[in-house]
Amino acid sequence: MVEQPRPPQGDPDLLLDVRDLRTYFHVMDGVVKAVDGIDFSIKRGKTLGIVGESGCGKSVTSLSIMRLLDMPPAENPTGEIWFAGRDLLSLSDHEMRKVRGSDIAMIFQEPMTSLNPVFTVGDQISEAVMQHLDVSGREARDKAIESLRVVGINNPERRVKQYPHELSGGMRQRVMIAMALSCDPKLLIADEPTTALDVTIQAQILELMRKVQDDFDMTLMLITHDLGVVAETVDDVVVMYGGRVVEQGPVDDVLLRPKHPYTEGLLASIPSNGRRGERLNVIKGTVPNPFNMPTGCNFTPRCPFRFEPCPNHDPRVDDPGGPPVACWLWKPAPGTSGPAPRVREGASTASGTQTASGEA
Amino acid sequence: MTDPTRTVSPIDEAIATGIRPDIEAANEEDFEVSLKPLSQWQLAWRRFRRHRLALVGSVIVFIMIFLAVLGPVIWPYDRLDLRPITRPGGSPPSATAVFGTDNLGRSIFELVVNGARLSVAVGLVTMVIATSIGVTVGALAGFFGGRVDSLLMRLVDLIIALPFLFIVLVAATFFGQGDPRLLMIIFGLLSWPGLARLVRALFLSLREQEYVLAAKAVGVGNFRITFRHMLPNALGPIIVSATLIVANAIVLEAFVSFLNFGIRATDVTWGTALSNAQGYLVLGNWWWAFFPGMAIALMVIGINFMGDGLRDAFDPRARA
Repeated sequence: MVEQPRPPQGDPDLLLDVRDLRTYFHVMDGVVKAVDGIDFSIKRGKTLGIVGESGCGKSVTSLSIMRLLDMPPAENPTGEIWFAGRDLLSLSDHEMRKVRGSDIAMIFQEPMTSLNPVFTVGDQISEAVMQHLDVSGREARDKAIESLRVVGINNPERRVKQYPHELSGGMRQRVMIAMALSCDPKLLIADEPTTALDVTIQAQILELMRKVQDDFDMTLMLITHDLGVVAETVDDVVVMYGGRVVEQGPVDDVLLRPKHPYTEGLLASIPSNGRRGERLNVIKGTVPNPFNMPTGCNFTPRCPFRFEPCPNHDPRVDDPGGPPVACWLWKPAPGTSGPAPRVREGASTASGTQTASGEA
Repeated sequence: MTDPTRTVSPIDEAIATGIRPDIEAANEEDFEVSLKPLSQWQLAWRRFRRHRLALVGSVIVFIMIFLAVLGPVIWPYDRLDLRPITRPGGSPPSATAVFGTDNLGRSIFELVVNGARLSVAVGLVTMVIATSIGVTVGALAGFFGGRVDSLLMRLVDLIIALPFLFIVLVAATFFGQGDPRLLMIIFGLLSWPGLARLVRALFLSLREQEYVLAAKAVGVGNFRITFRHMLPNALGPIIVSATLIVANAIVLEAFVSFLNFGIRATDVTWGTALSNAQGYLVLGNWWWAFFPGMAIALMVIGINFMGDGLRDAFDPRARA
C-alpha cells in the first residue's frame, strides 16, 4: 500500500520505515504467516498506534523489528526495516544487540513478570545503562535514580533498592518505562503497556508516556487492541487483520472516517451509553485459522460488503494517489474499468463523508 | 549514531544541573505503608525457620561439619594410644573410652571424630564437582536448546548408561589404590548427569519468563542472561539437589569402603571403620560398627531434613 515511491535508504523524516515485512512460523501443523507483508512508517517524534484483535500479528511485528523472535519456529523476517538509515534485518546479532535498549527500547504488557524477582529495581535499570554506556557503577546508579524520578516515582533513592515484589503493578510499569528510557532511545515500542493495569492507572501511564515523549523527543509505537487508548494517544494508526495491514492513516481519518469494513466493524462494535438496551453489533464470523487463511482479501468471509473480486485478488496492490486501504471497495479491481465502488459513489460512510481519492 | 537535532536527555540534564524536573508524583504512594524491604534470601530464611525438623537437621549437619573440621584437632587419632582391652576384639563403651575400643585398644570415639573429616569431605567435594558440571551443562542445554541441547543430553545419557558401581569399584582400587581424591572425582563425574537434567528442565521453563525477554530487549547477551539472570531464579531446586548429592556420596563412600573397594583401609573414614569392624561383629563387639554407622545415619538424616526445609524455603508460594 505504498502511495509515493520511497527513497531506497529511507526518508530522513521517517524514523522507522517498514517495507514488506513477513514473519512466518514453521510448526508441525504447517506454516503460520503471522506477519504477511506489512508496510508502515513512523515520522520522527510522532506516535503510531497499531491496533487489531488478538492474533492479528501486532506483537510479532514489534518482536520482528527488535529481532527478538526465537529462530527455530520463526524464520528470519524478510523485507526491510529501515531505522535511522540502516536496515535492521541486515544487521548482525552483535550489531542488533547494540541497537536494542539504546536506539530502540521496548516495554511489555505484563509488568508483573517483566522484572527479574531476584534483583532490585535499581540493579536492573543500572544494568541496562551499563550495557550501552561507558559509565561507572555509581553513575549508572545515579541514572537509575533519575530515571525513576522522571517516570514519577516518589522517593527514588529509596525505591531504587527495592525488589519488584514490593511495588504495585502501576509502579512496576513505571519502572519498565524508566528502564526503557535510561539509555535515551529514539524509538520506544510499547506492546500493550496498559492492558494489565486498571483504568485509573492506565490513564496515568498514558499521560506519563505522552509527557516522556515530549521531554525526550522520542518516537512512540504503541500496540494495543483498545481503540479508546488509540483515540487519545496516537497521531497515526495502522489497523491490522490476519497479519496484514488493512487500513492506515492519521487517527482522525481512520477513527472518524473509517474506510475498510473491518475498521467500520470494530468501531461499530464499541458499546456506547447512548445505545443502551440495543443489541451489540458484532463482526460476523471468527478470526480465520492461521494455517488456512482465506485467499484474496483475508477478511472476505466476514465482510458484509464482499463482492466479486474479493476472494480472488489480494487488494494490497499499489494504487498511487489512492486511499490507504486494502479493499476493493476503494481500489479499482483488476479486470474492471473505472473507479472503485465507494470512490465512484462519493458516498457517505457510516460515520462521515468520504474525501475524494487523491488524499493519502 | 549521534543525532545533533536531538535535545539532551532530561535524565542527563537533571544529573548535570542538579535541578530536578517538575513531575507529578504517582498517586499510589500517598497511601503506602512503609515496610522494611526484604530480599528473596531473607524471605527464604524466614520460611526455613518455620520448619522445626529442618532446623534439627541443620544442627546435626553443622555438628558433623564442626567435627570434620575441628575434630582431628581436638581429639587427634593416635594409632599408638592404646587403651586396655577387656575382651577379645576390643573393650565395650566405658568410662575411659565412651564408644569403646577397636581390637588393638584405640578409641572408637576418636575414630568416628576423625573419620568425619574424610567422609564429609568426600560428600562436599563430590557435590562441588557434580554441581559445577551439572549446572553448567544443564543451563546451557536448557537455554540454547536445539543442537546444543541434543548434544549435551546425549552426553548425559551416555554417562547415565554407564554401570556406576562397577566403575567406582574398579577404578578406585585398580587405578587409584584407594586414594580418596580419586574417589571424590569419580563420584563427582558420575553424579552430575541427574542434576544436569533437572537444571535443564528448570531453564527450559525459565526461558519463557518475560524478564528474560525484557533483558534481551535491553541488549543483554546470552551468557549473561543465562548465568546472571536465570540462574539465581533456579537456585532453589539446585540447592536441594546439591544437599542430596552430599548425602548420597557419604553413603556411597561408606558402602564401597566397606567392601574394600573404596578408600584404602589405612585411611580413617566411617566406611573403612565399618569395614574393619565387620570381622569382629561375630564376637558380639557391636560398638565398633555401631558408632560409625550411627554417624553416617545421623548425617544422612540431618541432610535430608535440611533438604526438606530448603525445598520449602525456596518455594516462593509458601508463606514466609
